[in-house]
Amino acid sequence: MQVASSLREALITGGKTVKDVSHDISRHVENKPTKLWWAAMAISVAVMAYGFYCLCYLLWEGVGVWGLNKTVGWAWDITNFVWWVGIGHAGTLISAILLLFRQRWRMSINRAAEAMTIFAVICAATFPFAHMGRLWLGFYWVFPLPNTWGSLWANFNSPLLWDVFAISTYFTVSLVFWYMGLIPDFAVIRDRAVVQGAKIRAQVYNALSFGWQGGAKTWMRYESVALILAGLSTPLVLSVHTIVSMDFATSVIPGWHTTIFPPYFVAGAIFSGFAMVLTLLLITRKVFKLEDYITIYHIELMNIIIIITGSIVGIAYITELFIAWYSGVEYEGYAFYNRVSGPFAWSYWSMMTCNVISPQLFWVKKIRTSLVATFVLSIIVNIGMWFERFVIIVTSLHRDYIPSSWTMFSPTMYDIGEYLFTFGFFFTAFLLFAKFFPVINMAEVKSIVKVASLEKKEDASH
Amino acid sequence: MDADKHFIVGIFDDEEVLLKGIGKIRGNGVKIHDVFSPFPVHGIDDALSIKRSRLPIAAFLFGMTGTSLALLMQIWMLGYDWPMIIGGKNHASLPPFIPVTFELTVLLAALGMVGTFFIASDMKPYKWPRQFDLRSTEDKHVMAIDLAINSGKTKDELRSLLRDSGASEVNEKSFE
Repeated sequence: MQVASSLREALITGGKTVKDVSHDISRHVENKPTKLWWAAMAISVAVMAYGFYCLCYLLWEGVGVWGLNKTVGWAWDITNFVWWVGIGHAGTLISAILLLFRQRWRMSINRAAEAMTIFAVICAATFPFAHMGRLWLGFYWVFPLPNTWGSLWANFNSPLLWDVFAISTYFTVSLVFWYMGLIPDFAVIRDRAVVQGAKIRAQVYNALSFGWQGGAKTWMRYESVALILAGLSTPLVLSVHTIVSMDFATSVIPGWHTTIFPPYFVAGAIFSGFAMVLTLLLITRKVFKLEDYITIYHIELMNIIIIITGSIVGIAYITELFIAWYSGVEYEGYAFYNRVSGPFAWSYWSMMTCNVISPQLFWVKKIRTSLVATFVLSIIVNIGMWFERFVIIVTSLHRDYIPSSWTMFSPTMYDIGEYLFTFGFFFTAFLLFAKFFPVINMAEVKSIVKVASLEKKEDASH
Repeated sequence: MDADKHFIVGIFDDEEVLLKGIGKIRGNGVKIHDVFSPFPVHGIDDALSIKRSRLPIAAFLFGMTGTSLALLMQIWMLGYDWPMIIGGKNHASLPPFIPVTFELTVLLAALGMVGTFFIASDMKPYKWPRQFDLRSTEDKHVMAIDLAINSGKTKDELRSLLRDSGASEVNEKSFE
């Protein structure tokens, strides 16, 4: 028996039927792309092309074209890497953790959020690979492959190697999870293509759907696969940013050498991930007219997650400051004194404003249900999260143990160009996804749409 | 493919009607070939007496394979094949090997289980499925009854049984 709660707001509005769901989502795949799509695509590809030039120049010339120096050996590259990996966290959190917690509101947003995860992880991976300078040798350095040096194996004691395994596993499992979700929806597009007489589309989407039929036994197996993938992805999503934080936390650099890093990084990752999901979905829902599927209620719930994770991040910042003083370790104390009042203090205070103060505005219901405010704040949060990684990496490094080594860091056009490359790639990939793949998980939404239609029937009978 | 296959196909609009219908049809001694739905219907596995999937067992076994392979690889590479002193610690010590072991456990469990799912469900990209009704992915629940298996009943008996069980439409479908 289906029970429609009067306490909770409807997840799907507009009295949609199961058939409407197929139509509303599939038509974007079936229709020709709009002018707006082409315009957005042209800009993304142009940005990606410029960035690709910078990337190629870096591979040709070497890492010296970045603004790095002897003291600051990690800067924008690793900042961008951690930032993109963090953004990727929301997708798996939404699809896996919220599935285990039976949060049905995830159903309208999980597809796009998982796509975002996959593209963000690809963007992230470009930075360590570019930083290796000689890509073709990089595979021997990061994967335990037999080689002509002995074989001299990769060092499994190094957190950098753990990161290689964490990121590649995370990418693969997220991709598989996302693809499994897409299979029944590809079959919907295939069957609609057969009806519409679009033979090539029917063939392509049949191949993509692996010949999905939707028999009772297949659905049962499919659900058990989804549940176990969610169970596997849940510790995975928490482990990935934990291991990323160990890249820093297992070192002896003041400001990095702290046990608080794993939970603090995971909270920050979810915080920035949800902000990016909001940025993308607010545009997608408007352009594709999906207001009945991604409602203000969905946006409000995501904003609540932003308040929680933003507050955890804020507490982590304050704890770090407190421990730097309370521990009595001079080096740690100086690292934080330098962050707050040194030459990069502007980046520290940008981070504090964007990450700690701005999300607190969401306590006001009017702000967290406003589309414009959410859009602006989601971008501010991601700027703040970029500064967080910049502050952690650069301010800890630029004041070395010996004052004669103290330097500053400023990016070159190649640092900026590579960051632009990832943006270009990310938006190009997301636009292609939005055009060729169903942006909302139709099968899942169909399973909850009946509650909404029951309400409609009752309204009609009264 | 063997000889021609003939099916009676019942179309259901609503999953609750469908679940009751399945009970009624099976109660009359008719064997149902399969029911195709646009979304998972809860309770259909009990109604059709489908046994629980053993995929979780497959996932566990693949995961254990991942754990063992990861541990063996790391201990052999750093402990025996080329021992190195790193940070003055043992050549092969367990704690630093945990992250990679965990990742490979998850990776093999996920890939192995999904691979098993495709094989068990006979799904492949180049296979065009038998489509009983194109609306089964859109919004209808489609029940297929194999005529050859249910030779005890005539076509008309099956048709009227489907109608009585709540099917909104009854068709015939043959495959070569």
